[in-house]
Amino acid sequence: MRALQAEGVKTIFGYPGGSIMPVYDALFDYTRGEKKCFDHILVRHEQAATHAAEGYARVSGEVGVALVTSGPGATNTLTGVADAMLDSTPIVVIAGQVAISALGTDAFQEVDLVGVAQPISKWSYQIRRAEDVAWAVSRAFYIARSGRPGPVVLDFARNAQVEEFDWEPKKVDFIRSYVAYPKLNEQAVREAAELINHAERPLALVGQGVELGNAQEELKAFLEKADIPAGRTMLGLSALPSDHPLNVGMLGMHGNYAVNLKEQECDVLIAIGMRFSDRVTGNLKTYAKQAKIIHLDIDRSEIDKNVKTHVAVVADCKESLPALTALLNKNDHHEWRESFKELDQQERTKVIEPAIHPTEGPLKMGEVVNAVAERAPRGTVLVTDVGQNQLFATRYFKYPVKRSICTSGGLGTMGYGMPAAIGATFATDRTVCCFMGDGGFQMCIEELGTIMEQQAPVKMILLNNHYLGNVRQWQDMFWMRRKSFTKMMNPNYAFIAQGYGIPYQAVTDRKDLGAAVEKMLATDGPFILECAILEEDNVLPMTPPGMNVNDMMLEI
Amino acid sequence: MEEKKKLYTLLVYSENIAGILNQITAVFTRRQVNIESLNVSASSIEGVHKYTITAWSDPDQIEKITHQIEKKIDVVKANYFTDDQLFIRESGLYKLSTENVLQNPEISRTVRRFDAHIIEVNPTYTIVMKHGITEDIIALYRALDAFGCVLQYTRSGRIAVTRGMQEQVSAFLEERQKNG
Repeated sequence: MRALQAEGVKTIFGYPGGSIMPVYDALFDYTRGEKKCFDHILVRHEQAATHAAEGYARVSGEVGVALVTSGPGATNTLTGVADAMLDSTPIVVIAGQVAISALGTDAFQEVDLVGVAQPISKWSYQIRRAEDVAWAVSRAFYIARSGRPGPVVLDFARNAQVEEFDWEPKKVDFIRSYVAYPKLNEQAVREAAELINHAERPLALVGQGVELGNAQEELKAFLEKADIPAGRTMLGLSALPSDHPLNVGMLGMHGNYAVNLKEQECDVLIAIGMRFSDRVTGNLKTYAKQAKIIHLDIDRSEIDKNVKTHVAVVADCKESLPALTALLNKNDHHEWRESFKELDQQERTKVIEPAIHPTEGPLKMGEVVNAVAERAPRGTVLVTDVGQNQLFATRYFKYPVKRSICTSGGLGTMGYGMPAAIGATFATDRTVCCFMGDGGFQMCIEELGTIMEQQAPVKMILLNNHYLGNVRQWQDMFWMRRKSFTKMMNPNYAFIAQGYGIPYQAVTDRKDLGAAVEKMLATDGPFILECAILEEDNVLPMTPPGMNVNDMMLEI
Repeated sequence: MEEKKKLYTLLVYSENIAGILNQITAVFTRRQVNIESLNVSASSIEGVHKYTITAWSDPDQIEKITHQIEKKIDVVKANYFTDDQLFIRESGLYKLSTENVLQNPEISRTVRRFDAHIIEVNPTYTIVMKHGITEDIIALYRALDAFGCVLQYTRSGRIAVTRGMQEQVSAFLEERQKNG
């Protein structure tokens, strides 16, 4: 407890069990009365504890903490650990473990957590002696939050939880084998500046690294000085305000049309804190071959991993961006920026308008997202589940304020949305809106219990089309319309909301949508807004998997 | 279709913490790359272990593997080399039937020709040892095997030191200590 306190932990998401009972017993005193320094949020499933910790971390910028027992409690966290690894989210999972004397005996609820967590975590460690607690916990938080953040797993043997020893606080902020912040290479910065100063059609790709490095202002200064249009990855959506004049939209398979095509026309491509995911690049053999590539990243192993770079600047972008900006000439790329507009207009006419302002037929996902985006207060945090709900929500939501997006990008974890939104509400007083499909809603539906108990003010928007919509879309497009197990029979969500005592409203008619959204936003505490959605709505535009980004389709 | 593969040697230095070998081999497993040989021992730097790993790979893949290994928190340094950048040694042990060795003097001549040593003789078996590069050790095995006298044969993992003039790992650690 004292080790967690020393790391500034305020909120713990957890679920008790046999092997973690000593910690829970101590926690009892630290969550009430004079000694109170933590809030413990009892979730309903350990996976949800990790996603809640992720949501908390993403919005607050601090380390999220999940506390669980050994065996199944520990293995249930693995999806969240893998998710946090792919999305560079700082969380620390503390799991109970059987006493070291019982290790390897197949004791009750024993599992080799460190063994299974190692490939999917930034660091995993077994605490075997009480004397190691202070060191291991401090090291865990340092590793989770420093450099490129990520999940750390602590496997806490039961004997180490109960042994008596003289407490000695320890603070780890240096590990000789781990270079959290690589030294900026000034030669590389000069070379990058040279390329940008001579560029006629520069394009920046902004990733979550900018948010993680807290370099949103440095990014703006960089883009504005050299007048560089910038696309954002899904996780980087709020790294640059969506109403900024140099923002040219979202990258990727379902991103904006112009920026995807312009990746194939730019002469210098500047990737900042992003990792060239296959969902962004499409076919690597044809991706941005005409461009000189500059890659700014804190993680050396990202350089040349997917896209070969001409200049790599390996450093914290908080440091590298200002260094680069200082060497840039003021520039004007008016004509180049204007060339995006015609494509934007095509997308607006063919895709956006029909999606957000349809006039007939059942409700569409885009219009629901738009209705919420138009009415939600400035700075609302968008949380999404995975699938069409995620793609529509991220496309049509607005991000004027930094750290406003929680979504499972790398792992694509269905069931992420609801618990991540719970975590987000504990990190901020801003409104938290969570878009989910009927599939993902049911994948962590048990967390309605947590929402009820905590009265966590999650505004849940359930986009119900009775389909696993994204898979259904792919089946229609690439699998001869054979809808194999994507149609779903759903429960009566009104009854479910009632069971949990959560305010609920259903919308089927377009004319009721605005009022329902307003009611949701005006209600204190949680709310479920169920929207009956066009069953076979498709997310567009789309670059089919493995195709070239310039083959993006505006219509099917 | 596949790019031409080459045998690379990785030299990895890590802290002496349980479970690192697992993390290193997992990087290979994830890409379904087989480790050809592996040697782990304490290095000349106190508290630091040295791993010498060989694997068939191509330049692009081996670079990614090396970066992923070096990314592990407790790995101090990882570098990959081709054979021309290293001094390389391996050892071979050959357990031969003493009866055969006595019957056929050609066997002893072969052992001497390969610059190998007989390190133990008893009425049942004779142990021969050879240090050298992989090819020579295998060549000796093939030569002895042709006489039908080999009872057991084993070849060690590779050990290697770099031909470079700078001791990168010590320099790195010194630099880190200065800044830490």
